[in-house]
Amino acid sequence: MAILHVNPTRMELTQMKRRLVTARRGHKLLKDKRDELVRQFITLVRENLRLRKQVEGELGIALKDFALARAVMEPGALRQALLYPARQAAIKAGRRNILSVRVPEFTVDEGGLGEAQLPYGMAETSAQLDNAIATMAQALPNLIALAEKEKTATLLADEIQKTRRRVNALEYVMIPQFEETIRYITMKLEENERGALTRLMKVKEMIAQRAT
Amino acid sequence: MSDKVLRIGVVGEEDAILAFKAIGAVAIPAVTADEVAAALFKLNQDKVPVIFITEQAARVAPEALTRYETSPDVAVIPIPGIMGTDGYGEARVRENVIKAIGADILINQEKKEE
Repeated sequence: MAILHVNPTRMELTQMKRRLVTARRGHKLLKDKRDELVRQFITLVRENLRLRKQVEGELGIALKDFALARAVMEPGALRQALLYPARQAAIKAGRRNILSVRVPEFTVDEGGLGEAQLPYGMAETSAQLDNAIATMAQALPNLIALAEKEKTATLLADEIQKTRRRVNALEYVMIPQFEETIRYITMKLEENERGALTRLMKVKEMIAQRAT
Repeated sequence: MSDKVLRIGVVGEEDAILAFKAIGAVAIPAVTADEVAAALFKLNQDKVPVIFITEQAARVAPEALTRYETSPDVAVIPIPGIMGTDGYGEARVRENVIKAIGADILINQEKKEE
């Protein structure tokens, strides 16, 4: 590991030691953060996958109903029937903080989802369309839950990746670099000290020789 | 949580999004990459926090999806279209797992469920 370009002085040594302590503390904290993020991520992503499969199933049924409705109704009439929806798929959005990762929180606004309201008259529409709309409305809360879980999982995955890279950078680059630099400065200082001592002894010897 | 009531956005083929229109979502038909990108941009500008996009539309415009991936303000979620799911949404979940953990740990879970 390459050492840092520093002057081998006591001041630099103290500074390096201080930076090493900070780096070690940061490394420990980030490692703890990574472990906790991974723990939460695993539970979340399992739930995410389960919810996705469920929603895909429900949507499949609803869209099949819709396909049936389209088969028995004129395309124009279908579009006209749905032109002005009777219900509003409305949600409320908030924020949650998971280990300083800001993740969204959605709740379905119940006001918009009462019992099945149909936006059209019975005369020109088919029963399949009613079914399809009812299934869609039932699937909505799960869809919103899926959106929340999936977004949270994406954001957490991103943060875990970033934290992991930071932990590795500290563990395998910065901390060894500091240790190496500290060793270099210590050795250099000791060498200087030994040099000075030998010089003094030599001078003392020379003075003693001259005196005699 | 703010009390402001927000809408849901849907982007994709006209046949698939019609179903969402029935429950009052803001539905924008889009098939090509440019149309998808424009639809996502418009919904994002309108501060729609949840946008569902059909897998087919998501496949043609991966760049547009990546653009909103790291933003906590908008969640772009792939959903199956009229042809049913083609595995794109699930693949994205698995991608997340590989990104975070380094290996697909969900394979075992599936085997257990089976």
